[in-house]
Amino acid sequence: MNFDPRYSGRNFTSVGTRPIRPDGVDKVTGRARYGADFNMAGQLVGRVLRSPHAHATIRKIDTSKAEKLPGVKAVITAADLPDLTDGDAAMYDILDNCMARKKALYDGHAVAAVAAVDARIARQALKLIEVDYEVLPHVTDVDEAMKHTAPLLNDAIFTEGLEEKPVKPSNVTKRTQYGHGDIHEGFGQADFVVERSFKTEQTHQGYIEPHACVANVSSDGTADLWVCTQGHFVYRQHCAQLLGMEASKLRVTSSEIGGGFGGKTHVWAEPVALALSRKAGRPVKLVMTRDEVFRASGPTSATSIDVKIGARKDGTITAAEATLRYSCGPYAGMWAEIGAMTAFACYRLENVKTVGYEVLVNRPKTAAYRAPSAPMAAFAVESAIDELAKEIDMDPVEFRIRNAAQEGTRSSYGPVYGPIGIGPTLEAAKNHPHMKAPLGKNQGRGMACGFWFNFGGQTCTDLNIGMDGSVSLAVGTVDVGGSRASLSLVAAEELGIAYEQVKAVVADTSSLGYNDMTDGSRGTFSSSMATISAARNAIKVLRERAAQMWDISVDDVAWEQGHAVAKGEKHGNLGKLSLKEIAAESGKTGGPIAGHSELVADGAGVSFATHICDIEVDPETGATKVLRYTVVQDAGKAVHPTYVEGQYQGGAAQGIGWALNEEYIYGKDGRLQNAGFLDYRIPVCSDLPMIDTQILEIPNPNHPYGVRGVGETSIVPPLAAIANAVSNAAGVRMTHIPMSPPRILAAIEAERAG
Amino acid sequence: MAGVAVSTTINGDNFEYLCQPDETLLDVLRDRLGLTGAKEGCGTGDCGACSIILDDRLVCSCLVLGAEAEGRRVETVEGMAHGDRLHPLQQKFLEHAALQCGICTPGFLIAAKDLLAKNPDPTEEEIRFGLAGNLCRCTGYDKIVRAVQDAASVMKGA
Repeated sequence: MNFDPRYSGRNFTSVGTRPIRPDGVDKVTGRARYGADFNMAGQLVGRVLRSPHAHATIRKIDTSKAEKLPGVKAVITAADLPDLTDGDAAMYDILDNCMARKKALYDGHAVAAVAAVDARIARQALKLIEVDYEVLPHVTDVDEAMKHTAPLLNDAIFTEGLEEKPVKPSNVTKRTQYGHGDIHEGFGQADFVVERSFKTEQTHQGYIEPHACVANVSSDGTADLWVCTQGHFVYRQHCAQLLGMEASKLRVTSSEIGGGFGGKTHVWAEPVALALSRKAGRPVKLVMTRDEVFRASGPTSATSIDVKIGARKDGTITAAEATLRYSCGPYAGMWAEIGAMTAFACYRLENVKTVGYEVLVNRPKTAAYRAPSAPMAAFAVESAIDELAKEIDMDPVEFRIRNAAQEGTRSSYGPVYGPIGIGPTLEAAKNHPHMKAPLGKNQGRGMACGFWFNFGGQTCTDLNIGMDGSVSLAVGTVDVGGSRASLSLVAAEELGIAYEQVKAVVADTSSLGYNDMTDGSRGTFSSSMATISAARNAIKVLRERAAQMWDISVDDVAWEQGHAVAKGEKHGNLGKLSLKEIAAESGKTGGPIAGHSELVADGAGVSFATHICDIEVDPETGATKVLRYTVVQDAGKAVHPTYVEGQYQGGAAQGIGWALNEEYIYGKDGRLQNAGFLDYRIPVCSDLPMIDTQILEIPNPNHPYGVRGVGETSIVPPLAAIANAVSNAAGVRMTHIPMSPPRILAAIEAERAG
Repeated sequence: MAGVAVSTTINGDNFEYLCQPDETLLDVLRDRLGLTGAKEGCGTGDCGACSIILDDRLVCSCLVLGAEAEGRRVETVEGMAHGDRLHPLQQKFLEHAALQCGICTPGFLIAAKDLLAKNPDPTEEEIRFGLAGNLCRCTGYDKIVRAVQDAASVMKGA
């Protein structure tokens, strides 16, 4: 049956309410099982040996002493993970990142692994592995890595996207360009031009749960993997490809996930655990330490960005340009490209040009982090927008409203927008009481806007109706923050039954068709679309069964508020049949009742937010305090508003940490200096105020209920909003994130010195 | 290494176990006793996900040795509910959606229980500083603080 995903206005009964989540009790009683909470009989402990060097050729690895240690059951190196990627460059990079092949490319790069009967023996075994390194010159700074004199990470890389094919290899893997119009003409029309350079440091997603998995490879070639992941189907594909298995023979079960934010979309330890299990012939549990999480798993890019924006006296932007350089770690990525696409997406521009450069550095492989690449671009652009508003002597909100993109605007990255929320979020911010609240001494207010694409993707969902009329909903998108509650609400809404009658679970990879992972803010967007489709298919069956029970034509049976209703005067005496009554008879009317759905959830509506914040700066120390914070964001339709608020608040808090504190600090030796939560300080409870939220609902025309993804956009504006607030409080433009006390103090002192 | 014999009380029940002298109480709870409610987020006492109460004192169980539990009273998240009746903090965490991923939740619940035992009527600031040893990356703490405020008012009335 063809499914029509278009938005149709309706009055909601369940959607928009705030029930308790179905996985809640297990999570407050300690019963919920996360990655490291699972064990198998006879399991071994896996540990990984990591390079202490930022850049080194691996001459030789001698594992013989480790193998002889009693209690050691397997030792592996890259030789145990042969290259089966068959020319797939991206998969080869994943393989090389899981276990270094010829060179160690960053401090923390895996070079060998062991499986032993307990953790102590595993640790001892690591010390017995002898690696002969030839240490090479390294580079960790994105601007330094672009210089011709920089050490090369990979001499087979020649910059793509240049007009002429380069003759020399480079750390720049690719140049990309977006935009339209003629910026030279545009800048010619400008009365005011602001031009600035910005830098942002590398941050980590900072999920509290380290990566953890249990792998069990059987001698018959089948395997099970229990793992904390944002996408168990993707993990299955990647692991199966890297280990030379058929995907269907590897069953992956996603545990409860203790935070991911993009960082659990990539395999690291899982292929290693499977290879260890295969070699040892026993289950292997592999859990990263926090030190390993920082040194070897998913940080975001460090960036260096130049922005130039011109406007007329009346406040119309005439041209905008940005050059964005993003670090990718040691492997090619498309991080600068995403930055180049998102940089000016909030605005209606005649002339715009953005250029992105992907830059290799001796740091861990860059991974997605919540709206990846967008916060840094927004920091640069929204800072320059604020500065330009000041030059024109226009209110920064008014200036943005005047230039905001609208329905029909051709975005800076190409597509033409449908109905969007940038204008409404700006109007709501303008009218918010926060905007008019008084400020004290050394306090400043800042605001900024943010954009994120959102993603739909492949989705498969099963809805099964039990004989007692209860409903099991099996989805394939991992629940990272309450989506089982939202999807239960959607199933209840569509079927016309109570929320409590539905139980949603995340099914394993052998129980459901392929699902893309929970990224791109797609969990609730795509799986709710698939749930609606599955429910409508189930309703079709329910109507057929009711028709059979009544012995009338199915065309005369409608589905209303959880009941089959016979239509037409001739059926006036038939009354109604509830879902429960139809389910109870299912054994006699054709067997189990179910609805299935397989679809590609196209049309994820783009998402916009505007944030406002007040910051106090201590001019003597450069210390900051966040006094007040407000998030305004378009949700399309908030399915479970409490969890939508939670996404807004959580993204803002991560952005606050990024803006003020968090950064990877590398020594001259190329080693990470702060691989722990003490020295890499994420915001704690006493650092933050309450985070106020305002949910706008501008329906997404491509979803039956108007839903848009809400998870990521909230981290896009904070860097800029806080930078604008700090700049207003301190009286000096801040251009380097994080704005730690020493950086703020240095900026204040430089300003005083003139 | 020879094991250390330990006799202790966990959530009111007597336990006896053997552990290695260098083994943390967190590892004992999780790996030997199957009490996986306390989580290891860092292993260095920075994140609070392994918070437990040891003789009325809030501690990170990753910084306590298993052998140190000898003769003492250990409280973990598994002991907070009475049968199927949740502790008011657990109930309020659910009602306020004070968890998203939930990995930090056991630690926050234990830390909040300890806070309210010592200060039944805390201000927002006292709650924020009282829970500053527990990291949450999902919520921005807003709903956690509100849940603790609400639980405090319920527990005062009880």
